[in-house]
Amino acid sequence: MNNIAPKLSAKEYEKNFSELKPALTPIAAMAEANRCLYCFDSSCMTACPTHIDISTFIKKITSGNMKGSAKTILSSNWIALTCAKACPVDVLCEGACVYNDKGEKPIQIGKLQRHVMDWYVEKGMPALITPAQKNGKSVGIIGAGPSGLACGAELSLMGYDVTIYDANKKPGGLDTHGIAPYKMKQQDSLNEVKMIQKLGVKIKSNVLVGKDLSIEELEEMHDAIFIGTGLPKPTDLMISEKGIKGVYDALEFVKDVTARKWKNVNVGKRVAVIGAGNTAIDAATEAKRLGADEVYMIYRRGREQMSAYDFEFELAKSDGIKFYFHSQPKRIIGKNKVEALECIKMRIVNGKLKPIPKSEFKIPVDMIIKAVGQNIDESFLLKIPKLKLKDGTVIVNQKTYQTKNPKYFAGGDCINGGKEVVNAAYDGKQAAHGIDQWIFAKNTK
Amino acid sequence: MVDLSINCGGIKSPNPFWLASAPPTNSGYQICKAFEAGWGGAVWKTIGAPVMNVVNRYGAIDYNGQKIIGLNNIELISDRSIEINLKEIAETKRLWPDRAVVASLMVESDRQIWHDIVKRTIDAGADGIELNYGCPHGMSERGMGSAVGQVPEYCSMITEWVTEVSTIPVLVKLTPNITDIRFPGRAAKKGGAHGIALINTINTIIGVNLDTFEIEPSRGGKGGHGGYAGPAVKPIALHMVSEIARDPEINLPISGIGGISNWRDALEFILLGASSVQVCTAAMHYGFRIVEDMNEGLTNWMDEKGFTSLDQVRGKALPNVSTFGDMNLLYKDVARIDEKKCIQCNLCYIACEDTAHQCIDLLSKKDKKQPTVRESDCVGCRLCYIVCPVQDCITMVHKDNGNESKTWNELTKELPQPMSLEDLRAFQHKHGIEIH
Repeated sequence: MNNIAPKLSAKEYEKNFSELKPALTPIAAMAEANRCLYCFDSSCMTACPTHIDISTFIKKITSGNMKGSAKTILSSNWIALTCAKACPVDVLCEGACVYNDKGEKPIQIGKLQRHVMDWYVEKGMPALITPAQKNGKSVGIIGAGPSGLACGAELSLMGYDVTIYDANKKPGGLDTHGIAPYKMKQQDSLNEVKMIQKLGVKIKSNVLVGKDLSIEELEEMHDAIFIGTGLPKPTDLMISEKGIKGVYDALEFVKDVTARKWKNVNVGKRVAVIGAGNTAIDAATEAKRLGADEVYMIYRRGREQMSAYDFEFELAKSDGIKFYFHSQPKRIIGKNKVEALECIKMRIVNGKLKPIPKSEFKIPVDMIIKAVGQNIDESFLLKIPKLKLKDGTVIVNQKTYQTKNPKYFAGGDCINGGKEVVNAAYDGKQAAHGIDQWIFAKNTK
Repeated sequence: MVDLSINCGGIKSPNPFWLASAPPTNSGYQICKAFEAGWGGAVWKTIGAPVMNVVNRYGAIDYNGQKIIGLNNIELISDRSIEINLKEIAETKRLWPDRAVVASLMVESDRQIWHDIVKRTIDAGADGIELNYGCPHGMSERGMGSAVGQVPEYCSMITEWVTEVSTIPVLVKLTPNITDIRFPGRAAKKGGAHGIALINTINTIIGVNLDTFEIEPSRGGKGGHGGYAGPAVKPIALHMVSEIARDPEINLPISGIGGISNWRDALEFILLGASSVQVCTAAMHYGFRIVEDMNEGLTNWMDEKGFTSLDQVRGKALPNVSTFGDMNLLYKDVARIDEKKCIQCNLCYIACEDTAHQCIDLLSKKDKKQPTVRESDCVGCRLCYIVCPVQDCITMVHKDNGNESKTWNELTKELPQPMSLEDLRAFQHKHGIEIH
């Protein structure tokens, strides 16, 4: 890479990656919890994709029943710690809080949930729900991300023997590798994994199903299989980067940053991030916080079409990220290393995005981060007999999460094309019940 | 021009706000500081028999994060000598001649001892005397305080010992720890009191520690009952003040006490007949400075309402204090929810459904569920109105029924006695009232 940005001091890294939303003090948490109206059949509960009984867990904080509060949360959502920190609460629970209609600030539900989950972790994550007796059935799960973990936790409590196979060294999927450190520490996700392991779920790391373990072996060992493999394949940018150093995939870059070994992560002095989703914002702000002088976001459409949440956009702006809207990357310029990114201006003609002739311009950069989307690993998924894919997702029954191959169930990003952690957590839990019903029905025939 | 000055049984002050006899009035220093802040008067912390206090004297109830909705204490009467207190009364009066300095007294039940302390108090220059018949802790076990207030005969006897030698007005401060406040009130009147002060604190145990099982607050492992005050006691005090004010046998000026935190609270006491009001807990929570808002708020309210003197205000709510037997059984209000203001917290729904009369439905409207009152079934109990967190969202709407009126007292005269349920149902049916 040309022009690597100088490394920062340990203190600067800590400052740049310190939590954006720090924990509430116990007194502040109590005051905030007391502000909750304790709505009946609350709108926040409806807005939460996992339907946590939010007003009840908050009420339990006020009475000092922290264990009961944790139980209320976890009985709806096994990934509650990550969700508390990484959920886009503005558009989910907090966005639905009735205080918004009252003209007052909504309850800080995310922070209160974190308050409870931090307490729970600190107390050593004591058992809250008595598991059912072992039923002698076994389920294999591919991928230790949020959907796989949630599915495993739920099945384990129902009496299943559960093994999760994960290709990474550290389990947790995107919760561990893909959440910006100023939102959540990697250790939080690993704690959550530990909690699920305490429920009896076994996790086999560094196991790539299809390579280290064949589909046939997997099927032989387990009565049912859950696929929670997410979107591991980055979208091709369709511009050649052959032989040019300094071009990175966003998730690869973000993964290095979440590991908190910031000194080992090289970042260019000038960085272009291509894309305008939430991951693109993460990559851009992280590059800036690692010491890049200038970070540009390149997006072929306009601000209104950005898929990133408003609060993410605001964060990027406040970090000094510069935006090139209506700009499409055309060519990477550089001999061996990236020197510049050539883009062309875009406009809408008859509803279609078209380049403006002769509007090319060059942005001198040392590093390019591609964040234009992720995809399922089709080549792997198609090894599973009878599995059907559509529009880059695995087709499942909306209620049971069963795939076209009855032994296989799926959830999370691989069935929805990429949503929130909380959606994956819900899918995993629901799929566990789908699996249970299928196995139970099969055995009573 | 609004004039806030009052005369309570002969004790005059430039405004009705007095500090109650309690820790805030323990010394001349404190009272002078309070007068500097604008208080109209102060009732000196009770002077009398020798005492010794314990630590951890106060305990409080917080509610949903709101501090001190109720305060309980076991501090005794002044632990300073009679001489020092009287000397400071004289000094304070000299520095603040226009303010009311009232000496609260409590000595053992001996006529001569009472005569002696009363004379010394008058010599010190106090504007009046308040007899502490209320302290429910420490002193009562020694035959003083509420031990006197709870026995009307003692009440009138000791009041008489005081009034037979006093040349200054005497207020009798009553304990609420009795069944009917009018009896000690009448006894005080019989003893020659010039006014009644009420209420003193209510007997309470503030709490129990769930880890140590000790009584809160614990004094080296021991705890016990203490006197309760603060915002939580205001409704009890208002009732008792109204009882004294309405009793034709008493007919004495009143100094109202109990949970007064601001001018609005004070006005409620005045509207129920109080001439002066006394404050303690709110001052203990925030300091003497609270009186600025009290004076200002009361003045502004009187200005807006067109009153110039508190004489025009005092007792104005008393005619509206009624008894159940005189209320119109046929007066009909129903709850109505303003859908534009409703935030769908559904607290009215669950309150009505679980604990009242099941007359609010959650109706699906677009993507929301809208709580809606089934007016035909609404008994007008007002629970939903109370639980609703949005101002003016739920209102009690009057249903015109042609000015029909029938009170229970009237009904019992009309229907054969003893009243049968059948007769009552027939009456209700005739007026369209069905009990589900």
